[in-house]
Amino acid sequence: MLSTILDGLSLGAIYALIALGYTMVYGIAKMLNFAHGDIIMVGAYAILVTLNANGHPFLAVIAAVLVCMILGIIIEKVAYKPLRGASPLAVLITAIGVSYLLQSVAQLIFGSKSQAVTITTAKMVKIASAEFNLNTILTLVVGAIIMIVLTLFIKFTRTGRAMQAVSEDRGAAQLMGVNVNKIIMITFAIGSALAACAGVFYLMQIPSVSPTLGSMPGIKAFAAAVIGGIGSIPGAMLGGVLLGVVEKLALNVPVLAPYANAIVFALLIIILLVRPIGLLGKKRREKV
Amino acid sequence: MADYVLETKNLGISFGGLKAAQDVNLKIKKGQIYGLIGPNGAGKTTVFNLLTGVYKPTTGTFFLDGEELNGKTQETINHKGIARTFQNIRLFNNMSVIRNVLVGLHNQPEFKCNPFVSMLKLPKHYSTEERMRDKAKEILRIFDLYEERNNLACNLPYGKQRKLEIARALATNPKLLLLDEPAAGMNPHETQELMDTVRFLRDNFDITILLIEHDLKFVSGLCDEITVLNFGTVLCQGKVDDALNDPEVVKAYIGG
Repeated sequence: MLSTILDGLSLGAIYALIALGYTMVYGIAKMLNFAHGDIIMVGAYAILVTLNANGHPFLAVIAAVLVCMILGIIIEKVAYKPLRGASPLAVLITAIGVSYLLQSVAQLIFGSKSQAVTITTAKMVKIASAEFNLNTILTLVVGAIIMIVLTLFIKFTRTGRAMQAVSEDRGAAQLMGVNVNKIIMITFAIGSALAACAGVFYLMQIPSVSPTLGSMPGIKAFAAAVIGGIGSIPGAMLGGVLLGVVEKLALNVPVLAPYANAIVFALLIIILLVRPIGLLGKKRREKV
Repeated sequence: MADYVLETKNLGISFGGLKAAQDVNLKIKKGQIYGLIGPNGAGKTTVFNLLTGVYKPTTGTFFLDGEELNGKTQETINHKGIARTFQNIRLFNNMSVIRNVLVGLHNQPEFKCNPFVSMLKLPKHYSTEERMRDKAKEILRIFDLYEERNNLACNLPYGKQRKLEIARALATNPKLLLLDEPAAGMNPHETQELMDTVRFLRDNFDITILLIEHDLKFVSGLCDEITVLNFGTVLCQGKVDDALNDPEVVKAYIGG
């Protein structure tokens, strides 16, 4: 049981890292970046390429983070920035287009077959008579550290303060001298870097990469972000962890195991029925 | 040219066929408190939107201290020295009072601090942050908001929210401060207080103030000169008393 919960928490940390990207971009740029999941996939291929070139796994991780950050910035500049102020529907369909573009390009370059990627071999450690997978613990610890750093960043840096201001009222922030384009660019860079980290941990659990790798974790993390209340950073963390634990618990019960994914999305529906703004979402006060 | 802090030349904008503002020529001297009045829909806020880069003018241009700012982005115009408040309050509601003012200080290079320094809370973060906070507190004291500095902006009473908006705009260190109906919804006592504050700002902060206001007592008590707009065009310009007694202005306000 304990190890299931631990597995769940570590899977949850992965979802949370991805969900943070969704929620930050939504909060600040007011758009749903449906290509976010595919950034994980690109990061995974960056790891594959680096490892195939006999690069050290650590170098591969750095490569993935850098590639994803740059990709995130380019996507924003090329695809989303020209649409600023356009109808949300146009932006949404563009994001879906970018998602398919990334998948198709990956398929052109690497083929559609999945390929094995081994970043670390799983080691088991014994703590208090129970055995744990070292990768699970690593995911949990590093994931937690990343989230703490992000929280500190938002809370204590000038840039973090400006990000919060832009998410509250973009126009007013701009008129107070905040460079909104720069803030949105930084948001995409951070979100993509988090996605890359999530990709690394994901590959530690499921060591193979294919062009559609990002779809499932992407859509689940999106669900996590909505469960937590989209736009809310602590909400994304909570939603991610909740989803991860529920999924692992379901997988652990033989009767429920085949329906694990269904259960995860059912959870989304139930929470939205009870609390449409998500667990930690802020109510928008309607002006009368 | 640099005799004037703000000079607009034939500034105008049309939305489709509607000329929301047309041939607006303003000349505002340094240290003036200048009023912009007119009936509802006269284009007053439109002029503010033009001056802050929210709208791009279709005709004409404008200069701040002799520098042409037409076509610049909103944040550049703010960096150059024009700050504003809004007719319907637009604070960062879910941020504390002091954090609202700190965002206003964001544009000033003297408060730049490397994010890593801030996250690790190295000494430089503390010194920069402390200077920023000191500055913010100083501004909050002027507006009598110091005690409320840790409350959320949305929990302030209406009059204080109006004041906080001015405080936040002042934090951006403007040469020209645009106030869009600062006294709207205030009681006579608050209005009187606000008049004192505006004078205090002009005298102690080396700034020029352009304000939109419907309360004519407020305008005549505070402003040196005014411009009256009607249907997007300038009806009359000059000393307050002369302008308010101008038959055209009376006609526009009362009808006739």
